[in-house]
Amino acid sequence: MFNFEKEFLSDLNKEVKTGTTVMAVTFKGGVIIAADSRTSSGSYAVNRVTDKLTPVHDQIYCLRSGSAADTQIISSYVSYYTNMFSIEEGSKPTVKKAAHMFREFLYQNKQYLHAAIICAGWDPIEGGSVYSLPLGGSIVKQPFATGGSGSTYLYGYCDMNFKENMTEEEAEKFVTYGITEAIARDGGSGGIVRKAIIDKNGVRRKTVYGNKLKKFWEK
Amino acid sequence: MSGIGTGYDLYPTTFSPDGRIFQVEYAHKAVENSSTAIGLCCKDGVVFGVEKIILSKMLVEGTNRRVFSVGEHIGIATAGLTADGRRIVQNARQEAKNYENFTSDIIPIHVLTERLSIYVQVFTLYNYIRPFGCSLMVGSYDEEKGPSLYCIEPDSVALGFYGCAIGKGKQEAKTEISKLKLSEMTCKDAVKEIAKILIKTVHDETKEKEMELEMSWICKETKGKHKLVPKKLIEEAVEWVKGQENEED
Repeated sequence: MFNFEKEFLSDLNKEVKTGTTVMAVTFKGGVIIAADSRTSSGSYAVNRVTDKLTPVHDQIYCLRSGSAADTQIISSYVSYYTNMFSIEEGSKPTVKKAAHMFREFLYQNKQYLHAAIICAGWDPIEGGSVYSLPLGGSIVKQPFATGGSGSTYLYGYCDMNFKENMTEEEAEKFVTYGITEAIARDGGSGGIVRKAIIDKNGVRRKTVYGNKLKKFWEK
Repeated sequence: MSGIGTGYDLYPTTFSPDGRIFQVEYAHKAVENSSTAIGLCCKDGVVFGVEKIILSKMLVEGTNRRVFSVGEHIGIATAGLTADGRRIVQNARQEAKNYENFTSDIIPIHVLTERLSIYVQVFTLYNYIRPFGCSLMVGSYDEEKGPSLYCIEPDSVALGFYGCAIGKGKQEAKTEISKLKLSEMTCKDAVKEIAKILIKTVHDETKEKEMELEMSWICKETKGKHKLVPKKLIEEAVEWVKGQENEED
């Protein structure tokens, strides 16, 4: 029997995932985070201009991949707790603190969640830091991190091109080209490249629109 | 003493006509019945000293502890009902551990103090649980922030001090403390000064039995960890105090 819903609307009933490519890299003086802008439900792009760069605190951001609902609620919680703690303690939280809060939520609820987070930011104690929190709820501090479905296409690129203590320009190029390449190769990633540069002066957000993305080898 | 708050002093849930909660004030009296504890903020740390009355020669030295560690970096000294003190310390340890598990950072002392304050205050609200009959001194030392000392009373007021005393001899002790130059004192000197105050000023040899000194510190030397003062140092301090007495005679 022909079922209209099943044939044509199946995508709309699929869970909304952030297909995604996200990257975070430390440079001399801070971190740069970048992401694509596609949120998909099956093969339907629910949002083609998503902002996956989610602020947790003044100079701490997180990059969300996996289930959109799960990652949104968790970053809400962590944002709430970092704000409460900073008022109680009278000082801004370190990236380490925020990242460990993420870990606590992800690990203790691992049965229910499908969420991976990259927590990155700047604090006066460590400078720029990037923490990777993959699916199971582990936490790893890294000089750079990638996440999402598109990140698989970037392992080679990152290994070849990453250098410690890059300048801001070098780091910006590193992430922009990385996301561009992943958008080209990964079906779950697309749209524009959103960037944020976090250093001691605060956060600067930048966007690279589709037509301005550099074209790498393609016929 | 009976008849002070007649009628208004049965439960912490009743205010007296002049705005006092007598049960909480009676809890203060329980603290004042206990032997004295002193805490001093020196330039390189915090030192606690407790005058412990030895109730029987059969008691093992060092038993009946009055100073406790919370985490590694915070020390708490109690005066009043020791069991109540232990209960609050248990709560403090829970708070410190939960904070550490959640944030991977050690709990700052002012955060712990505020949470203990809130905890103590809860027990002044209901008629089926009594207020705690103990005061606590909470101390810590940090390389950047320096020494910190707070005193939490049964009414849950927590104040920051440079030097503090709680218990029976707190008035005399506080007078002596105010004569000390704390900002120039090292912890080793403080051990001697506290011993002097507890042995000479506060302890009455005619009225009370022998006393034991329990002292602990959190300082640069212990690398910010709360530890008991080494027995040797306490013995030297006691010798020094005896020497001072002889000089004055």
